[in-house]
Amino acid sequence: MDTRRAVDAVWRIESARIVASLVRVVGDVGWAEDLAQEALVDAVLQWPESGVPQNPGAWLTAVAKRKAIDGWRRQERLDDRYAAIAHELSETAESEFEPIDDDVLRLVFISCHPVLSREAQIAMTLRIIGGLTTDEIGRLFLQPVATVQQRIVRAKRTLSAAQVPFETPEPAEWKERLASVLGVVYLIFTEGYSATSGDSWMRTDLANEALRLGRKLAGLVPREPEVHGLVALMEFQASRFAARVTPSGEPILLSEQDRSRWDHRQIARGSTALARADALGRGRGTYALQAAIAQVHATAPTYEDTDWERIVLLYEALGRLAPNPVVELNRAVAVSFATGPASALIIVDELVAGGALAGSHLLPSVRAELLTRLGRPDEARVEYLRAAELTRNERERAVLLAKAR
Amino acid sequence: MKYMLIMRQTDEALAAAKTADTEALINAMGQFNESMVKAGVLLDGDGLSDPSEGFVVDFSGPSPVLTDGPYGETHELFNGFWTIQVSSKEEAAEWAKRAPLSPGQKLEVRRITDMSDFEDFADNEYVRSEEEWRELSAKLRESGDS
Repeated sequence: MDTRRAVDAVWRIESARIVASLVRVVGDVGWAEDLAQEALVDAVLQWPESGVPQNPGAWLTAVAKRKAIDGWRRQERLDDRYAAIAHELSETAESEFEPIDDDVLRLVFISCHPVLSREAQIAMTLRIIGGLTTDEIGRLFLQPVATVQQRIVRAKRTLSAAQVPFETPEPAEWKERLASVLGVVYLIFTEGYSATSGDSWMRTDLANEALRLGRKLAGLVPREPEVHGLVALMEFQASRFAARVTPSGEPILLSEQDRSRWDHRQIARGSTALARADALGRGRGTYALQAAIAQVHATAPTYEDTDWERIVLLYEALGRLAPNPVVELNRAVAVSFATGPASALIIVDELVAGGALAGSHLLPSVRAELLTRLGRPDEARVEYLRAAELTRNERERAVLLAKAR
Repeated sequence: MKYMLIMRQTDEALAAAKTADTEALINAMGQFNESMVKAGVLLDGDGLSDPSEGFVVDFSGPSPVLTDGPYGETHELFNGFWTIQVSSKEEAAEWAKRAPLSPGQKLEVRRITDMSDFEDFADNEYVRSEEEWRELSAKLRESGDS
């Protein structure tokens, strides 16, 4: 196999552990990541000759640590730190490389630190925690590699300038900081699940990347119910991938999907994750509630035979926990099936009157559906056209225009 | 992409495993599994019971014939599998190399087919579901006109 690809595969598996154990020694995420990158370059040069080492993660870490010592030597800072690493390098056999999960968790929190912009958090998380190459990140987000590289360089400088410590958040900040980490992962997922740019409606690679990050996070903080809730939500939504588009790429609505094409093993994994969240006995947060809604859909035999009343209840709970016009709109759709389109239209009209979601295609497209079901096609057509005008996704626009005809 | 890592072993390795330290084996397997769970790549996995409990259904003749083990000329038997979701063939290889297996044991690594494997084929069910969809959207358009 090609060495570059073999090295990338090792990075994919070991990046977070390698960088975490380097930060522990050198104290700076930016420098730790640079050292790891330099070690990867060495690997590409040396492994074709020497073969892939028995424990490639330990090899890369040891090489990076030697580079750290060289760096200090050049700066003539041969202090206690140097002595400590030198001692460690001579004492530790490569096979004993066993970075602790707590260090990886610290790294997760640093990658999603509030001093960074959302774009920077996403790039850092995919790069260091997910172990993707900058090429891969660029490809996934349809951005030039140079842009991604620049973003990572800047993020590392920002973390350095802000003197962000290599620590997990204090108890008082914990909840908010964890929410930010989960938010980054879910943002990556939703960009893959319903792409806002590009000519493809979903990008399953990106969504799968988020799922992998979510599962990894669940391994790091297994006592946090919302982590399992998020994993459950992503598993349920991803289980519909194969049924969500036609072979030529047009989206298929939930109501029209061939349910036999759903990935039922993935649905089972979602249910397991949700049960894990529930088993912690601390109630359902916003991700677990959304997962529970997705689960009702995932386990319904048909769209018509869906337990809409349960979905309405779950949306009500979600809306109280985190008031949000999109949740309200979804509640309206559920109400339209549980009670009827007329009561749903009242909710939607209230949203319109409140001015929420003014620039979004969602409001007119739901309104259009309800008007169609109420036998008011002329008004529906106007709304479909408005929705088509507002959506940024080409595929979705085509579907909305088709309905307006 | 998903890969299946399929464990195979010779009769000799199977016999050797019976006298090995079972708890040490369980621990090694447990650690391997845990590392894949924590990396977010493990989807599924199971071990198979002793081949003497199994049987073979042979389709060589006009009707299927059931034969109890041992299986004649078969020298390597499947005894378990993992399903992992990874980003490349190389990554699947990297995980496979970490499995705690011993001489006489092998891992066969196979990619699990997905939708993209059938894109180039006029697969019947596929075509049919697209036709159904087109029909349905045509109906929706009609109802919109009425």
